[in-house]
Amino acid sequence: MMSSVLSHSPILVVLLPLLAGPLCMLFGNRTIAYFVSILASLCSFLLSVYLLSLVSDGTVLSYHLGGWAPPLGIEYRVDAANALVLVIVSVISILTLPYARKSIEGEIAEKHHTLFYACFMMCFTGLMGVTITGDAFNVFVFLEVSSLSTYVLVALGAEKDRRALSAAYDYLILGTIGATFFVIGLGLIYMATGTLNMVDLAERITSLENNRTVRSGFAFIVVGMGVKVAIFPLHRWLPGAYTYAPSAISAFLAATATKVAIYVVMRFIFLVFSTKFGFEKDTLTFIFFPLAIVAMFAASFTAVYQVNLKRLLAFSSVAQIGYMLLGISLFTVTGLSAAMVHLFNHALTKGALFFAIGAIIYRIGSPMLPNMAGLGRKMPWTSAAIVIGGLSLIGVPGTVGFVSKWVLLKAALEQNYWLVSLAIVLSSLISIVYVWKIIEQLYLQPAKSDDAITEAPLSLLIPTWILILGSVWFGVNAEFTVQVSTTAAESLFHGKFLEPATIMGLEGRP
Amino acid sequence: MNMQFDVEFLLGHMNYWLFVVLMMTGLYIVVARGNLLKKIVGLNIFQAAVFMLYISMGKISGGTAPIATGNPDEIYSNPLPHVLILTAIVVGIATTSLGLALIVRINESYGTIEEDEILELDRIKSDEEIEKLKTEASNSK
Amino acid sequence: MDHHLILRVVTKLLVAPILLYGLYVQFHGDFGPGGGFQAGVIFAVGFILYGIVFGLRRLRKSFPDYFVHRLVALGVLIYAGTGVVNMLLGGNFLDYNVLAEEGYKGQHWGIIAVELGVGVTVFGVMMAIYYSFAGRPPRLDDKDW
Repeated sequence: MMSSVLSHSPILVVLLPLLAGPLCMLFGNRTIAYFVSILASLCSFLLSVYLLSLVSDGTVLSYHLGGWAPPLGIEYRVDAANALVLVIVSVISILTLPYARKSIEGEIAEKHHTLFYACFMMCFTGLMGVTITGDAFNVFVFLEVSSLSTYVLVALGAEKDRRALSAAYDYLILGTIGATFFVIGLGLIYMATGTLNMVDLAERITSLENNRTVRSGFAFIVVGMGVKVAIFPLHRWLPGAYTYAPSAISAFLAATATKVAIYVVMRFIFLVFSTKFGFEKDTLTFIFFPLAIVAMFAASFTAVYQVNLKRLLAFSSVAQIGYMLLGISLFTVTGLSAAMVHLFNHALTKGALFFAIGAIIYRIGSPMLPNMAGLGRKMPWTSAAIVIGGLSLIGVPGTVGFVSKWVLLKAALEQNYWLVSLAIVLSSLISIVYVWKIIEQLYLQPAKSDDAITEAPLSLLIPTWILILGSVWFGVNAEFTVQVSTTAAESLFHGKFLEPATIMGLEGRP
Repeated sequence: MNMQFDVEFLLGHMNYWLFVVLMMTGLYIVVARGNLLKKIVGLNIFQAAVFMLYISMGKISGGTAPIATGNPDEIYSNPLPHVLILTAIVVGIATTSLGLALIVRINESYGTIEEDEILELDRIKSDEEIEKLKTEASNSK
Repeated sequence: MDHHLILRVVTKLLVAPILLYGLYVQFHGDFGPGGGFQAGVIFAVGFILYGIVFGLRRLRKSFPDYFVHRLVALGVLIYAGTGVVNMLLGGNFLDYNVLAEEGYKGQHWGIIAVELGVGVTVFGVMMAIYYSFAGRPPRLDDKDW
């Protein structure tokens, strides 16, 4: 019985939250909704860990939906790369839920709590689906499932600050344009190849390098996903959405949504479109590479001047996305593994930081930096979490940030890009400035005497500290993450994903 | 590249021309109009263009609707793009209704649906926040 | 709209055929053109027409908000539940063949179940959209125009 359940795990990781979402609404009770969602994400998490353990040696798993074999049927395909992303998303979801239960009390009206959990589960479903699917159009469908629920979740911040509404609206317009560009791209490559299964696409596309339809399809897909990733000039939606969303949602989005989108970009660049294509290498070298460098500096500089702490972290996210893009644009296995490892590490760090800031906002009711003066003594645990998270953002040894920057530097030096490694170090120096700004406020400024602020409640502190401890643990014992992300990068770079896969569940009919 | 810009080329790619025109119209409206409602209209035109691209791609000349008639020689259009677009249409409806719902809420709390007025109101609010922080800081000193 | 006698009479005549047509499209969706998406919308149109002419209040009395919201969830559950049943019967997710002895009959049943789920959700969503937009307090009253 157990083994037959496990053999369906590729679909179950998506299906459980998909069932949990409507169940939350059906019961209409926020306590039941909370426990249903927790149960669903816990099961999804365990199954994703199981999947990761199966694929960490380089095997590829395939699950045939509806009993139809690909390329006719939809296929879910798991390799080391997307199993890692699945684990990231489900871990963050499990930690966000108990956090959200407390933090939304002050942010969202009680009658909307059930809907909050339902939306959260749909967002989770979408992110898991985007990651696991092996069908190009399915990516679009799940992407929109997650995006639409994200717009709602961001707009839920409106009860505290009406600017959440305009932020959600901006996100909706830009996100929809991005998704529509992505569909246009898919349409164009479907026109040229006649298939939508990623493996089949990759096979048929190799001979079509000079086909103009394929080339424009590539451009549309990259720009469309670029909006969702928030690649530097397309990042306009990100600061607003992260700033005005409820704190739990800011953390969840910062840790997962852009990461999943980056994974989709990687998958399309390295697997669907052949790495041998000249135009692809040009795109990476002449577009991604400079944009990544600009993002690292421009977004960090902008972050320095922010007074709103959530906004500051949002801009820092844009800069960190720059590091991941830099890793991708180096076009080597090491570069790609740097991007993968940073994807994991940044999810831990940013999740923890947004959690900690949410805890502060829960107590003082404001995300503005000057209001946090002297909180280091009143909220020692939360402030300590912010300090460690900040150190990880800078990349101090002993934190995960150091590991990813180390791998990234190694990848740059491998290619003899001295200036690039210098740029990585310099942009880290800028992050010292904005992290110091926070630490100075927390510890060196005199506290406002009149208000009695106590430490944040445990249900907010525990998820924060789990992520912080995780980021220290994986910063000290970097072997596991580096090894998994190297396997993932090799799987992506050498197209292991496309090799014949082990079938889970039943084999589909051709 | 040996491309002949003749009438046949223009007419033969009619669906693509229409797609490009519609797509750019929609995108232009989204970018250029300040009214939130008009942006949604533009977004709809933009998406409709994609629907056209897919549907016209599935058409096979002389083909009928893809319904089983029992005749094995029947030529029928490719049904897959239709199905894909059915999904995309549903996504489009969801986006539109969510966008409209947001506009209703924005109108209720801002009292306007013009983008520049909303930005102005947001800016004033941000300035007030910072001003408040400054006065608090000077008071504590 | 109490004074529009013609509208009221015509609406009463139209609602039943609209609903019937919705059901026709719904249950015709397995082997022919039709299915849940269209049927759900058509079915909702019948109710929305009633709501427009006889007032939102009366429609809400017969179809309360919480009921409509539950329907949205229920439809998704029917859809996903069909897949789960397939898995429990030993197939893959949404593998309808296991639903009956012969594969194609299983497909038939599976499609009917899934389309029913889609229909219920689309109906619920359409009603919910109508409620949430029409239920907002208007800036201008009907008579102020």
